[in-house]
Amino acid sequence: MALLEITDLVGGYGGAPILNGVNLAIEQSDIGVIVGPNGAGKSTTLKAIFGLLKVTGGSIRFMGEEIQNALPDRLVPKGLSFVPQEKNVFVSMSVEENLEMGAFTRRDDFSATMNWVYDMFPVLREKRRQPAGELSGGQRQMVAMGRALMSQPKLLLLDEPSAGLSPRYVLEIFEQIVKVNAAGVAILMVEQNARQALAFASRGFVLATGRNRFTGTGQELIADPEVAKSFLGG
Amino acid sequence: MNELIFFFNNVVVAGIVLGSIYAVGAIGVTLIFGILRFAHFAHGDMMTMGAFIAFLLAMAATALGITTPLVPTGFLVLPIAMFLAAGVALGLDKGFYAPLRKRGARPVTLLIASIGVTLIIQGLIRLFFGSGTWSFFEIETKQLIRIPVPLEGVTRTINFTQPQLLMVICTAIAVLALHVFLTRSRLGKAMRAMADNADLAQVSGINTKLVVRVTWVIAGALAAMAGTMLALDVSLKPDLAFNIVLPIFAAAIVGGLGQSYGAIAGGFLIGFAETLSIFNWSVLLRPLANALPFEVPATLAIVPTEYKLTVAFVILVVVLLWRPTGIFKGASS
Repeated sequence: MALLEITDLVGGYGGAPILNGVNLAIEQSDIGVIVGPNGAGKSTTLKAIFGLLKVTGGSIRFMGEEIQNALPDRLVPKGLSFVPQEKNVFVSMSVEENLEMGAFTRRDDFSATMNWVYDMFPVLREKRRQPAGELSGGQRQMVAMGRALMSQPKLLLLDEPSAGLSPRYVLEIFEQIVKVNAAGVAILMVEQNARQALAFASRGFVLATGRNRFTGTGQELIADPEVAKSFLGG
Repeated sequence: MNELIFFFNNVVVAGIVLGSIYAVGAIGVTLIFGILRFAHFAHGDMMTMGAFIAFLLAMAATALGITTPLVPTGFLVLPIAMFLAAGVALGLDKGFYAPLRKRGARPVTLLIASIGVTLIIQGLIRLFFGSGTWSFFEIETKQLIRIPVPLEGVTRTINFTQPQLLMVICTAIAVLALHVFLTRSRLGKAMRAMADNADLAQVSGINTKLVVRVTWVIAGALAAMAGTMLALDVSLKPDLAFNIVLPIFAAAIVGGLGQSYGAIAGGFLIGFAETLSIFNWSVLLRPLANALPFEVPATLAIVPTEYKLTVAFVILVVVLLWRPTGIFKGASS
């Protein structure tokens, strides 16, 4: 049984559906990457999984349980976490408080998880008393990921984690993502840097006009001449 | 020296008292704005209503003989009044604002709804209490505290009333408690998180409905406290706090909307500005009359007492020109 299994997903923001039948499956060990042109429904798929828009058809199963249209305060305790693309830190709160907010749904002692996050992003430990709004773009992205990891998710959803970062930071963030995955957290992410992201993806999904066009391992998709021509810029 | 004590009594004491009331009122306004993103116009009337709840409780306590010579009965029943007012605030939200939010109403719709709530509350108070004036001190007496100044030639004493002393203590306790709540407790931090970024708070799994309820509880309790303090200092009438809702909003905006510490700073700033500008400066100039090249007029205030309200707006305009989002960098919308 896959950790996350999406079947024929249809949904949107109330008007015409943006998703017209998305299918994807993620195992606990996977890094899944969704790529595709603008308006293909990549971010919308993530938001649909996280209950941020109305699902009108198909199903989303997480650990065998149907979760479509469940709200985040129910999904987070189940083991799902989401890092939005923009405005993904509490700018007026310290780095440590940001992490605490990620653990809001936990009533147990989360100091071990916080140490784990600090070990993964040592720079955050240094800056833990600083307001997150004062950090650089790359560090903010670490705070955002750290916040999402505080709930000890089984699956981490990342919406364009490399957006707006300089090439040096893009590489660094991708390295962190692989590290998080190695720690046992499944990843499903949307990426604009398609070729770079597919290179380390164990599953790749090419979306266009709200449905799957190609599915395969990252390497398979990069090697597929049709995918390369239409979606990876030659 | 006597003149300086007169200044102290009329500006410093009065400024601290007025500032405390504005600050406690403005904290509620700013919290509601931070979490729900609308200007809660009925906040003044929640204050008045809280004061009337405290008044009823004080009457009941007096009738039952539950009084102490140590504190005015109004302060004795204040915790219960705050508790009840918090419940009423929750009810107001559930009855009027929550259904609108559910339909995705814009902030301006909520603002108009809160004007409706203002009229409802004032109407209800007039229905039960009439439009006259009531006082907490019809049975007991308001104690005046006089502190003599041990200096030669000083005849004036530093004067304030016992309720004034108690309200400053209460304000300090409330501010401290709020500070501890917002910086130490899980829910308090969640409140700050939601004020900072409501979408991300939701995504983090924060129970935003719970945060909204906690906000109304705090705002309602603080409104009752501010209203009761005001009523204990002056008297009780149906438009008691409606008359000061504008300086309270000015205080919240000057401090930076959504910023609790800003609201406190803004409250005291506007409180002091008001007492300073209605003070009769001739009193201080008179001893120097011989050295001054002009004749000291009988009254020399920056604004006449009846125009006191304008001071809040002057401060508002000046601060917003200097820092468009308020002293503590609040929300810009």
